[in-house]
Amino acid sequence: MKNTERFASTALIVGFFLVWELACIAFGISEIVLPRPSQILMTLIERWPALVPHTVQTLYTTLVGFALGVGIGVVIGMIIGSSRVAYNVAFPLLVGLSSIPKVAVVPIFVLWFGAGTVPAVLTAVVISIFPVVVNVATGLATTEPELEDVLRTLRASRTDILFNVGLPRAMPYFFASLKVAVTLAFVGSVIAETVAGNRGIGNMMLIASANFNVPLTFAGLFILAAMGIGLYLIFAAIEKRVTGWANRKAELAMG
Amino acid sequence: MTMAAERTAIPSPPGAIAPTESLSRPLIQIEDVSLTYGRGEREVQALSRTSLDVPNGDFVALVGPSGCGKSTILKIVAQLLSPSEGHVFVVGREIGAVAIRIGMAFQNPTLLPWLSIRDNVMLPLKISQPFRRDWRRKKNGEYRDRAEALLAKVGLSGFAGHYPWQLSGGMQQRASLCRALVHEPTLLLLDEPFGALDQFTREELWDVLQALWMEQKPTVLLVTHDLRESAYLANRIVVMSARPGRIIVDERVDYARPRSIETTFRPDFVELNHRLRSLIFEARAAGPGAVPAGAAA
Ligand SMILES: Nc1ncnc2c1ncn2[C@@H]1O[C@H](COP(=O)(O)OP(=O)(O)OP(=O)(O)O)[C@@H](O)[C@H]1O
Ligand SMILES: [Mg+2]
Repeated sequence: MKNTERFASTALIVGFFLVWELACIAFGISEIVLPRPSQILMTLIERWPALVPHTVQTLYTTLVGFALGVGIGVVIGMIIGSSRVAYNVAFPLLVGLSSIPKVAVVPIFVLWFGAGTVPAVLTAVVISIFPVVVNVATGLATTEPELEDVLRTLRASRTDILFNVGLPRAMPYFFASLKVAVTLAFVGSVIAETVAGNRGIGNMMLIASANFNVPLTFAGLFILAAMGIGLYLIFAAIEKRVTGWANRKAELAMG
Repeated sequence: MTMAAERTAIPSPPGAIAPTESLSRPLIQIEDVSLTYGRGEREVQALSRTSLDVPNGDFVALVGPSGCGKSTILKIVAQLLSPSEGHVFVVGREIGAVAIRIGMAFQNPTLLPWLSIRDNVMLPLKISQPFRRDWRRKKNGEYRDRAEALLAKVGLSGFAGHYPWQLSGGMQQRASLCRALVHEPTLLLLDEPFGALDQFTREELWDVLQALWMEQKPTVLLVTHDLRESAYLANRIVVMSARPGRIIVDERVDYARPRSIETTFRPDFVELNHRLRSLIFEARAAGPGAVPAGAAA
């Protein structure tokens, strides 16, 4: 981004909160309906010690679920992407499964494992598997045969080809999916916390809204936004470092 | 096609391949090989009963009209394709039974985009034996130096750390030539390696390749569209007919080595080029399998 663009987007964000603040004052909107950003900020600071455990809990379930989901997703993706045939056979099922709204599995997990951390982690797992599987499989299955030929003339084994061509070639797809998966994992764990949690930001927001503590509910939203953006930025930065070579040409499939 | 029988065996150079049978057997024997791409409606017969023997240490240039199956022959010899019919023997045994070290430069540079030029060139050392054994120990020393020395020879010394997309087409092609040479292969398969280069760079690289061949004596199969190039570099020029390709002329080239640009001005060099030119011209017009009148050589 150019400097002027960066300045403009900062100005836009600041402007957004300013308009929000001023509109609330100008139209006399009650804090029960829509609190002002300054009120939310105050609540955040005042209640911070109480909010920290919830934040840690949500971050924990998200990251554990994400890590497991990515691990499983990579393995399944490698199996499906290992041959054209497997890819063509498995792809329709994959697309079908990934278009189910994953939050629908939360009640099932609650049924099996009871309320608490486990369904939240599992929801994050399920929700983050699919983009990873789809992207890794696509990255592997669409490897140019010419590049594999280079290795084959050297009498390379299948493992050699996988490690020297397939996987590096799938890397940009993999990292693109990580950005998506981490945000989705976040959605998954928060929803599970809301539906069946006893801790975490989602649960905290549910209780706060039941008590009509609207500023606290919004404070939870702010924390979620901050964590979501933070995680996205971290993975975007890693992606850029690791797969700089692809930024020139490859169009990436999104899961 | 009787020439194969008349050719005298070229003595095997020291250190190329050990088996004694390599002295009597050609390194590569292509026997009545046919190859058909695709199925049904889209079936294309690329080769029809093609035969070619390549003795160990020979330098053969393969020329012919576009689409006649030259790249296909190289891919069969490299075992990237298997023939629909016919046999290929390596040192007298069915292809695949004997492991020989192959260096191949494809018609497209096919560099791996995520590796620097240096790492691309070092790839064969990482994959193929015996170099692979010492990969960890030598990749930052000997192997690296070797790759960089080769890159310098083809005029790419400052570009070792660049990525393929930062190089022009001709520069990528030169890097891919280095990759084909770096592991000192027994068999070199070069598919129009100088196609994207200007006349002067091309002639410089002819000398690089000639020097390398004289030093290491690999067996070379060179596909080219440039008749001067084939006559300058090769011991033998093989002309193919239009698709489905078969060999219609097999011509020896006996100029003393090292050949230089002066060689290309000799009257017999010019005459050879003219003759080849008209043979290919007739092959294009006559179509598959026809043996042109002037091909009795
Ligand atoms: N992968 C493929 N699938 C289908 N047909 C192919 C394929 N590759 C080559 N062919 C066909 O086989 C024929 C021979 O191709 P080949 O690449 O060997 O030609 P060539 O002699 O190398 O030509 P050029 O000099 O233009 O490179 C062509 O006519 C082409 O139509
Ligand atoms: Mg070709």
